[in-house]
Amino acid sequence: MSEIRLMKGNEAIGEAAILCGADAYYAYPITPQSEIVEYLTLQQPEKRTGMVVLQAESEVASINMVYGAAAGGKRSFTTSSSPGMSLMQEGLSYIAGAELPCVVVNVVRGGPGLGTIQPSQADYFQTVKGGGHGDYKLITLAPASVQEMADFVPLAFELAFKYRNPAMILTDGVIGQMMEKVQFPEQTPRLTDEEITEKYPWATFGRKGGRERNIITSLNLKSELQEQFNIKLQAKYREVEKNEVRYEKIQCDDAEYLFVAYGSSARTCQKTIELARAEGIKVGLLRPITLYPYPYKAIDDMTSQVKGILSVEMSAGQMVEDVRLAVNGKVKVEHYGRMGGMVSSPGEILEALKTKIIEG
Amino acid sequence: MAENIKLEDIIKEENKVFIKTPLLTDNELSYCPGCGHGVAHRITMEVIEEMGIMEDTIGIAPVGCSVLAYEFMNIDMQQAAHGRAPAVATGLKRVYPNKYVFTYQGDGDLAAIGTAETIHACNRGENITIIFINNGIYGMTGGQMAPTTLPGMKTSTSPYGRTQELAGHPLKMTEIVATLPGVRFVARHAVDTPARVRKAKKAIRKAFENQNDNKGVSFIEIVSNCNSGWKMTPRKSNEWMVENMFPYYPLGVLKDE
Amino acid sequence: MTEEIIIAGFGGQGVLSMGKILAYSGIMQDQEVSWMPSYGPEMRGGTANVTVIVSDERISSPLLTDYDTAIILNQQSMDKFESTVKPGGTLLYDPNGIIKHPTRTDINIYKVAAAKEAADMGNPRGFNMIVLGAYLKVKPIVKMENVSKGLKKSLPERHHHTIPMNEKAFARGLEIVEAI
Repeated sequence: MSEIRLMKGNEAIGEAAILCGADAYYAYPITPQSEIVEYLTLQQPEKRTGMVVLQAESEVASINMVYGAAAGGKRSFTTSSSPGMSLMQEGLSYIAGAELPCVVVNVVRGGPGLGTIQPSQADYFQTVKGGGHGDYKLITLAPASVQEMADFVPLAFELAFKYRNPAMILTDGVIGQMMEKVQFPEQTPRLTDEEITEKYPWATFGRKGGRERNIITSLNLKSELQEQFNIKLQAKYREVEKNEVRYEKIQCDDAEYLFVAYGSSARTCQKTIELARAEGIKVGLLRPITLYPYPYKAIDDMTSQVKGILSVEMSAGQMVEDVRLAVNGKVKVEHYGRMGGMVSSPGEILEALKTKIIEG
Repeated sequence: MAENIKLEDIIKEENKVFIKTPLLTDNELSYCPGCGHGVAHRITMEVIEEMGIMEDTIGIAPVGCSVLAYEFMNIDMQQAAHGRAPAVATGLKRVYPNKYVFTYQGDGDLAAIGTAETIHACNRGENITIIFINNGIYGMTGGQMAPTTLPGMKTSTSPYGRTQELAGHPLKMTEIVATLPGVRFVARHAVDTPARVRKAKKAIRKAFENQNDNKGVSFIEIVSNCNSGWKMTPRKSNEWMVENMFPYYPLGVLKDE
Repeated sequence: MTEEIIIAGFGGQGVLSMGKILAYSGIMQDQEVSWMPSYGPEMRGGTANVTVIVSDERISSPLLTDYDTAIILNQQSMDKFESTVKPGGTLLYDPNGIIKHPTRTDINIYKVAAAKEAADMGNPRGFNMIVLGAYLKVKPIVKMENVSKGLKKSLPERHHHTIPMNEKAFARGLEIVEAI
């Protein structure tokens, strides 16, 4: 591990990408994630590892540049924030449909429309319920610290290549903009073209050695074949759901009430737990780390123990639907969260726990 | 006597007048009989074969009639979202700077929905080849108006003929990209006569060879026909193309640096 | 020990970099730290603030609504943050440009004439280091040697020649802070 550094979450994403041997980064500036583009242009990773960094003309272009590099078996990624992510939905659907591995980071801001540049978690539906067209899923990781921003970049690439599926890091303006301690692993060398030829026989980089041609496409004009492909895709998602659920439980052992929150809201909930427990309210936190696949079972398992669950998210209540699916009516589930870039305070969340769950 | 002649007696090396390049698959072309795509595919693949670059070439297919180009081009292919081929090619070429990357796009793909990707890939001087098939219509979706549809031309979405008041003027993307310093070779050709096919093939070869010295985009427009969309016989559509398309889209080399 | 601080003033006063130096100083003595700026289209002259937390334990929320200490460097920030100091907490401010001085009686109030001092020293950019010195005099949460290390860490190499000037300003802050 490297020495301890103090870095913004956004910068940590950039550094982690260089260190994990990413081959290409294509992106378009947008607040509050521009530090990633700025960090990576400043760092000149083309000199450090040979990694390509290119500012695209739009998010539409950047996600399609990622498509091109990913189709060549390279580790490529892009980053954006909500309005830019809307523009990428077409590309993400194609990438999922063509079964290409890549990493996408969304540093979420408030919407809809141009909205606000302040933090939000209102892109949950877009991310995990399919923002683009067709039956597809994005493997979604939700970091709650700068260290996790750094750790999840190599993890996202690993999962993306394991399942040949796009992986999303869904974060927000708080985690992107804040600085915390962070440590990085040693440099992982980029794969050579020979290694890619060996490891990714599906990739398109020319018919090496006269092998049969490779085709990367998401088109299937015959419905019978397209359905067969959809069935295969769904089988892959069931594998992901079986193998990749990740979550963290904080102070849950004696909890009578439960917060479910991810990303920066999980941090605020931890502060709320301090306040609540000082008043004798035994509340814990279940923090989903993967939003797809979602920890339905872990939440369901808590229903035998807790009297009620407050889902906390900076939105009008998106993730709460998945909490309710998990709980299936066994205990009371409510949502609390500010919107439009307003961040819920620990005091407000505690108040909501009391009025919506404990007294409600 | 006839029953004694076997096929292998006829198909002999010395009797062959045409050999299909192995870089075209045996799949039946999905293009309408009389359409220029088949010839454009063939000469592109012949160039790749003759240059011996099959092992290092990746093609990007668009959305449009040639969406299935990967079924016919027997090389590594990627299929891009509508209009995004130049961005896809950029992403690929940047991580494989020593490979040959080309896009094969129609007019709707390149000159309408993909205008931004086209202009910016050209402006960045990506070291790629763009083959642009312009037949003035959306063929695959059933003959709708394209940005390159000529004034007065009837299509299924300009049933009374294209008017400048409603739809503006036909877009000359080739002339536009020729103004960009990132583009080093621009030519407009056609594939309706053997002489023009030879010229077009020569230009395509040059456009691939140009990738060897990393000096920017090589852009080849092929003005083509769409006999189905234009609702003409193949022969008539070629005559119509010569009379109407060529004056608006004149053939020749626009830029060679 | 957990110290939760808001530093608030104008953009261009070095509010964010002061927070960064403080956070780095905490790291130098193996503490947990977080630094969360108000971010937005504010440029020089607009308002800027940063929440810094230095703690012996894992930090929960990087964003807070009340603070152990508020370091206030303009009137707008006084209006906004005086009320957010926890009872028994600390408010440190620079009286330069302050029309309405703090009135709370349940907190400890200090002032440091950092803008004037920086001008007198001929080192206007040393302003934030004077304020930092004043703060750490009042609340010595990090050791002085770690401030030096934190300063060095947080400055890019090309600005290392400014370290002596910054240290001088910091030392001056230790001297001139006054309790109210």
